[in-house]
Amino acid sequence: MELLPREELQKIQLNRLKKILVRAYHNLPYYRKKLDEAGVDVYRLKTLEDLKHLPFTTKSDLRKSYPFGAIAEPMHNIVRIHSSSGTTGTATVVGYTRKDIETWAELMARTLCGCGVTEEDIIQVAFGYGLFTGGLGVHYGAEKLGATVVPASAGNTLRQIQILKDFNISVLCCTPSYALYLAEVARENHIDWSQTRFRLGIFGAEPWSEEMRAEIQKKLPIQAFDIYGLSEVIGPGVAFECEEHQGLHISEDHFLPEIIDPETGETLPEGTEGELVFTTLTKEGTPVIRYRTGDISALYYEPCRCGRTLVRMKRVASRTDDMLIVRGVNVYPSQIESVLLSFDGVEPHYQIVLTRENYLDKMEIHVEVSPEVFSDEVKKLEQLRNAIQEKLKAELNLSSEVKLLEPKSLQRTEGKARRVLDLRKKEGSK
Amino acid sequence: MKQISVFLENKPGSLHKVLQKLKEWGINLRALALADTADFGVLRFIAENPEEVAEKLKQENFTATITPVIAVGVEDRPGGLCEIVGLLAEQGISIEYLYAFVSPQKDKAYVVLRVENPEQAEAILRKKGKEILEKIPV
Repeated sequence: MELLPREELQKIQLNRLKKILVRAYHNLPYYRKKLDEAGVDVYRLKTLEDLKHLPFTTKSDLRKSYPFGAIAEPMHNIVRIHSSSGTTGTATVVGYTRKDIETWAELMARTLCGCGVTEEDIIQVAFGYGLFTGGLGVHYGAEKLGATVVPASAGNTLRQIQILKDFNISVLCCTPSYALYLAEVARENHIDWSQTRFRLGIFGAEPWSEEMRAEIQKKLPIQAFDIYGLSEVIGPGVAFECEEHQGLHISEDHFLPEIIDPETGETLPEGTEGELVFTTLTKEGTPVIRYRTGDISALYYEPCRCGRTLVRMKRVASRTDDMLIVRGVNVYPSQIESVLLSFDGVEPHYQIVLTRENYLDKMEIHVEVSPEVFSDEVKKLEQLRNAIQEKLKAELNLSSEVKLLEPKSLQRTEGKARRVLDLRKKEGSK
Repeated sequence: MKQISVFLENKPGSLHKVLQKLKEWGINLRALALADTADFGVLRFIAENPEEVAEKLKQENFTATITPVIAVGVEDRPGGLCEIVGLLAEQGISIEYLYAFVSPQKDKAYVVLRVENPEQAEAILRKKGKEILEKIPV
């Protein structure tokens, strides 16, 4: 599949696209409504070009379908549920049939193989296991490939390092920022990497730069690879880097990518930057048609030096919306705002400050204290701060630090308020 | 008695900004205390015309509030404060915070107390012959 001539690949894509459209139309009421409103006849799709007449699916469509409205199969055919973030009603829920799980494992095995993993490798999976797709996604792929999997999950860095050493780990899968943190802790503990088999790092779930890759490769005895995926499409395994590191190969036999102008929705030509859009070609549980990822990328169809004909996407460095990725978790400033405003007397003026400390993301929420809520008793102010912190943690699945500020101390602008101060960008290359 | 409390961010110059304003307005501090935590502080002070001062501070975008407190005379000897606190403890009144200031009078000190129910606490202290101030002596 990875080396298929484009013409043959397109035949497969068209065939699969026709089938998935009809299935989605019949099994998903929200999608049928969308298509009917757009006046599209799903039986009249002739070429891949016709895709551009179909309506988009957005994250908000999936949210409105919470919890199971985007699942196209009866529940007895669904063997697993994953969810994008948090426990709130705004999460997006995706269902997987047994075949979806097999496809996912296959794609993830392809991804690991593309990064150079073999069945001789022992892989430590330090992505979180749970509703987040990272841990289980990589896990099943690595087993499918025949490698040995160590399901370490996230956290407890000293133990992670102990396992890396003692279990003769050769491949580590985690977020790139966690890899850097682990490298720091290992250095403090005088780990001698020459005594290990550690050789590969496979990183995803957050945007990272070439500078960060260089930094990781300097601090750990590994070659670092970028992988891409999103839970709404399948999870990790959508795209991967090969040894050429010239963009990420998209598994086009399962996901049909497009780049659109985020303003007009128009399809953009090869090589032009825009919003990445995916149509799933084989997913049964939750198929998505023209799903707008919000990620900014570009596509290159020229075959890669590695021999793969699969299209390459430019690594994602920015987004069209204000979504933040903090320690691998998706966070919208609006989620934070609604938590803050649920407290009486908390001013709607706030700022989200993101920094990177010891290579780990840190989120601070600066909130102005209104005269109504101000108490001259320190313990009441501390109670307020702790209550906000706890509620944010429950809503976002992510801990943050709340700082109380004097009213009017945040800068006011006439235009759009500057809610986010992201100071993480340059620190990775320090 | 009324106390003015001002919220202070934990950053250099916060306290100075407030004191600068009080100086401009010619306001003399009669008693004060500064409570601090890792993240923020609270300045508490007693001055003439508290409502007016608090209003002015609010206009300057400070978070200021008026809190009823008790200023009670304490004999300047070992156990003087102990006695006062004991009287309140007996009645199950808990103290949120307190701070002391000196008196121009010899053998006398004053303590500012913040309790949940100031009227009740004042009544208890008065009954035992303690001096409750309406105004801080200059």
